[in-house]
Amino acid sequence: MTVSPQEVSEQRQKKEIRDRWFLSAPALILIVSASVGPLVIVLLYSFLAPGNYGDVKWEFSTEGWFNVLFSRDIFDDTVSLADAHFLIFWRSVKLAFATTVFCLIFGFPTAYFIATRAPHNRSLWLFLITIPFWTNMLIRTFAIQEVIRSEGIINTLLLKIGLISAPIQMMFTDFAIMLGMTYVFLPLMVLPLYASLEKLDFRLIEAGYDLYASRFGVLWRIVIPLVKPGIIAGSILVFVPALSSYVVPRVLGGGKNLMVGNLIELQFGQGRNWPLGAALSVTLVIIVLFAMLYYVRNASKSGGSAHG
Amino acid sequence: MTDTRTTAAHGGAIGLHGIKKWFGTFQAVDNVSLEIRSNEFFTLLGPSGCGKTTLLRMIAGFELPTEGQVLLDGVDISRLLPNQRPVNTVFQNYALFPHLTVSENIGFGLKMLGKPKSEVDSVVKDMLKLVHLDGRGNNPVTQLSGGQQQRVALARALAPRPKVLLLDEPLSALDLKLRKSMQMELKRLQLETGITFVFVTHDQEEALTMSDRIAVMSTGTVRQVGSPWDIYDRPAERFVADFIGETNFLEADVISVSGERARVRLSSGAEINATYPEGITPKGKVTIVVRPEHARLGSPGSGMLEGVLDDIVYLGTDNHFHVKVDGGSTFIVRQQNAKSGPCGFSEQDRVGIAINDDVAQILRD
Repeated sequence: MTVSPQEVSEQRQKKEIRDRWFLSAPALILIVSASVGPLVIVLLYSFLAPGNYGDVKWEFSTEGWFNVLFSRDIFDDTVSLADAHFLIFWRSVKLAFATTVFCLIFGFPTAYFIATRAPHNRSLWLFLITIPFWTNMLIRTFAIQEVIRSEGIINTLLLKIGLISAPIQMMFTDFAIMLGMTYVFLPLMVLPLYASLEKLDFRLIEAGYDLYASRFGVLWRIVIPLVKPGIIAGSILVFVPALSSYVVPRVLGGGKNLMVGNLIELQFGQGRNWPLGAALSVTLVIIVLFAMLYYVRNASKSGGSAHG
Repeated sequence: MTDTRTTAAHGGAIGLHGIKKWFGTFQAVDNVSLEIRSNEFFTLLGPSGCGKTTLLRMIAGFELPTEGQVLLDGVDISRLLPNQRPVNTVFQNYALFPHLTVSENIGFGLKMLGKPKSEVDSVVKDMLKLVHLDGRGNNPVTQLSGGQQQRVALARALAPRPKVLLLDEPLSALDLKLRKSMQMELKRLQLETGITFVFVTHDQEEALTMSDRIAVMSTGTVRQVGSPWDIYDRPAERFVADFIGETNFLEADVISVSGERARVRLSSGAEINATYPEGITPKGKVTIVVRPEHARLGSPGSGMLEGVLDDIVYLGTDNHFHVKVDGGSTFIVRQQNAKSGPCGFSEQDRVGIAINDDVAQILRD
C-alpha cells in the first residue's frame, strides 16, 4: 500500500499532538484538584448531617436536600415549600439574565466600535477596556455605591439642579445590583464580542446594503448571525458569574436583596447548616449547566455552525 | 422606484458628470465624465490604483463623490444610499453570506425588498437555472468551488433585476480556464438579461473579449473611451497604446493632412499614411504606433524600415522578431506560424520591415 505525503504529514501531526498531551497536564491537574475535587466534596457534604457548630457530622442524611425545597416549622414540625429559596433562586436567574442582556446592549456597540477602528488603534481601546481589571472588584463596587447612594454623586447633582426634591432610593434595590453587575462583568462581554467582530468580513455588510437591506436588516441578518459565537461566549462568561455573584449583591443589595451566593454564604456562616449550603451550591451548578446546555443548543440550531 | 425596478425590460443608462473623489489629500478620481448606455457591456480598464474601483463604488453608493453627479436614466442618484439604488454589485471576492445557503444568498435581495416568499422562491429557481446551479440550492455556500461561488454571486446580484450590474474584477480569483468560460458566461448573461453591465478589470484581454465599449483609466482620469477595436487599433495616446497589448512607437514627421489621414515620413525616409485621434490636427514631429502583427518581415530594401534581426522569440502560434532598426530603436514584428518548421530568418540577418496599409496611428501627445 502506498501512502501519500499528505497522509504521512497527517500521521506525523497526530503523533505530535499525542506526544504533547503532557503540555496540558498543569491545566488538567489544576482543574481536577481545584475544581472537580472540591465539587465532589461539596456533593458529599450535601448528603451529611449538620454539625452543632457548623461543619458536618459523618452520617448519611437527605435533610440538606430536603431543606432546599421545603422548610420545616421549628414549633409544630409542619412542612411547607421553601418559598424564600425559590424566590432567591428566581431573583438570581432574573438578575443574571438581565445583566447579560444589558452587557450585550452596552457591549455590542463598544466591541463594534473597537473592531472598526484602524488596526493600530484597536489595542489602545482594548487596553482601556481592561483597565477596570486592575482594581479590586470590591473597591469598584464601593465606587458604584458612592455614585448611586442617597448622598452620592447622582442624587446630589439632581438635588442641586432642582430636578428632584428628595434623593431617589437606588441603593439596596435590584436596580443597584444589576447596575453593579453590568459594570463589573461588561469587559467579559466586550472581549469575546470583539474577537468575533474583528474576524467579520466587512465587505459582507456592504453586500447587505447593496442587496437593499436596511441598517437593522444588516445587523439582524448578517452581523449578528456571524458573530454568534462571540455572543454565546460573552453571554456565558457574564451569566455564570452573575448568577453566583456574591460581592455585588452584598454591597449594593444590602441585607434584604439576597442572591444565591449570599444565601449559600449564610448557610456556611451564621446558619451553621453546611449540608444545606452544599446542597444549594450543587443546585446552582445544576442550574448553570442546564442554562448553558439550553443556550448552546438553541444557538447552534439556528445556523451559525457553518461559520467559524 | 420599486415598480420600475421589477418591470425594467431594459438596462439603465449611467451618466457620470464631472466626478471628483478625494480620500484626504489623495485624489482617487479626477474629473471623470462618462455616458454608459442602456444595455451595454461597459468596461472600466486600468492598472491598479487608477480609480476604476472607486468609480464603481460611487455608482453603487458605497462612496460619495466629492464633486460631480451620478445619474441613472437621467435622475441624480449621487446622494442615495446603496440600498436605495436599483444597482447591484458582484464583489471581487464574492462576499457571499457564509451563514446562508445558496438559495438564501440568491434570494436575499428580493427578501429585503419585501417580496412575497412565492415570488422569491420562483426567482431563485430561475436564477439557479440561469447560472447552472440547479439542485445546489440547499448547499451551504462555503462548500462550493470558486467558480460555483462566482456564479452564486452573479445570481445573487441579478435576482433583484437591477437596472445596472456592477462587477468588480469578479474573475481575478479564478484560474485561466475557468476565467475563459466565465467570460463567455458573463457575456451570455448580459445579452439574456438585457441589464447594463459595468465591469472593472485590469486585464486588457478580458476587456477586449467581452466589452461593447471600454474606458481606459489611469491616475484617476479617463484616457480614452471606445469600442475594443478603437482602443486597440486607434489608441489616442501613449498610455493607452502601451497598456493594451504590445506596440511599436515610431518617430515621424507630418508632411500633409487630408481628411482622416495624415501622410508621415519615418526616420528611414519612407512615407506612410496614418490615422489620428479626433480633436487634433497633427503637425511637425509626432509619435506613431504600429502593432507588431501589422507589419511583415522581408528581405532588406523590401519594406519601409531596415535593421538587424536581434532576437527571435518562438511562441508556438507566433514568432516575435525583435529588429534593431537603423537609427537605434527596436521594432517588434509578430508573424503567425502558418507552416511548421523554421521561419526562414535567423538572428543577425539584415531584414526589411513592411508596414501594412492603414494601420499606423498618430498619438495625441
